[in-house]
Amino acid sequence: MINDLVGHHHNRLENPITRLPAELKLDVALVIIVGTVVVPPWWIGWFASAGLLVILAVLFSRIPLVFLLKRLAWLSPLILSVALVNALQPAARGSWVIVAMRSTLCLLTVILVSNTTPFSKILRVLKRVRVPGLLITTIALMHRYLFVLTSEAERMARARASRTFVRDRRARWQTLSTVVGRLFVRASERAERIYDAMCARGWK
Amino acid sequence: MHIPDGFIDGKTAATTAALSAVGVGLALRQVRRRLERRRVPLLGLAAAFLFAAQMVNFPVYGGTSGHLLGGVLVAALLGPSAAIVVLTTVLIVQCFLFADGGVLALGANIFNMGIVGGAGGYWIYRLVCGALPGTRGRVAAIAFAAWCSTVLAAIFCAGQLAWSRTVAWPVAFTAMAGVHMLIGIGEALISALAFLAIQRIRPDLVGDVNEAGQPGLWNEFARYGLLVAVGVALFVAPFACAWPDGLERVAANLGFEEKATRPVLIAPASGYRVPGVHWAAGATALAGAAGAIVVFGLALLLARSLVKEAKPEA
Repeated sequence: MINDLVGHHHNRLENPITRLPAELKLDVALVIIVGTVVVPPWWIGWFASAGLLVILAVLFSRIPLVFLLKRLAWLSPLILSVALVNALQPAARGSWVIVAMRSTLCLLTVILVSNTTPFSKILRVLKRVRVPGLLITTIALMHRYLFVLTSEAERMARARASRTFVRDRRARWQTLSTVVGRLFVRASERAERIYDAMCARGWK
Repeated sequence: MHIPDGFIDGKTAATTAALSAVGVGLALRQVRRRLERRRVPLLGLAAAFLFAAQMVNFPVYGGTSGHLLGGVLVAALLGPSAAIVVLTTVLIVQCFLFADGGVLALGANIFNMGIVGGAGGYWIYRLVCGALPGTRGRVAAIAFAAWCSTVLAAIFCAGQLAWSRTVAWPVAFTAMAGVHMLIGIGEALISALAFLAIQRIRPDLVGDVNEAGQPGLWNEFARYGLLVAVGVALFVAPFACAWPDGLERVAANLGFEEKATRPVLIAPASGYRVPGVHWAAGATALAGAAGAIVVFGLALLLARSLVKEAKPEA
């Protein structure tokens, strides 16, 4: 599951979409998303053209289709369940198709952009639109250490699993939350080291 | 609980984005003013920690498993403003890197999980801490606040879905609040256990409750409280007060209700009738109120069983 989420990122892939400037991609994506959310449902033309654009971009980006479908499936339980709830309402029959279509289109757009744009470039765009510096620093640090801490969490959980053989759910919750607690301690110790390193390099 | 794009309409997205921008702006200013420089990198690392901690799966029942959400845990460890910054960061990265939660729905997600879940949960934690002294009190406070924050965030989420007319309020409220009352129990347990683990390993990281009560805390409380109150007024109150909500009644009086509900595609949730659903929403509200009391009692019991020796150190 971890690999599904953080492992396969295709933004190093060589393809025409990745080479496009990040601003352009983000702007187009934003227009598509805003349009798709705001446009009234009978503007079929909008949905068709936006959908066509995104599908073309997907083909050009050479993102493996299996990967894309997996991501969609991973993210769509909520979409499906809400669509289902809507489908059960007698007065709302048909509208759930619109909701599902809107969300799937937006989802596809974001998956496409996030997998063809290095995160550092997204950050640069955020900086340009005046997102406060402290938030940018925090986001950049989180992104940098996300993968470090995720694999650390995985290692700790595996080490735990290979040492404790209890069926008792209570004991497992205890040990697993010790893993979580220890993870926080390690994260904050790492933060102290990072601060020292930042100072040593003349931060601020 | 991450709302995807397409689930909330333009007006809800704009309103929640504005509320969140104010909240996050306040939090950033507070952090810049109060947080020691040493602890600035900790914000990013705490965000990465939350993400990584969500990968640790706790077995629930049969094959299902749950994980930490962590809003209250981080708030208890770092304070409400820092928690808002951390949770916002997590949500932004989840949105742009993993497409988890919509871009236009980002404001709504930050409002529900960051401001209501994080800062709101923190105040519940502080209130309970004030009433119950010692480590036992803190553990009970964290467990109870974690449950409340999960359920509250879910209720706000339901309110936004209803305001956007994606799902009708009784349906959204019953489903979201019902499910999250159960999820909240897991969240309460994990938060309390993880907090105790941290306290065991590095007591200095946990600190003292009163130490966290710097000057200006009351100010923060008032500001975030105001934001949450605006949220209640917009997303929850109109639905919770009278079942044929104010807007619908006005519409009926003016005689354009028919007009509003006929093109079914615009307003999927309007004017639908499912027998028993209104009753179910009322029952859920009652169950929630009763549940809160029960969970509070359970949190006390949990703290009692986890913190064995009431340390006579003071």
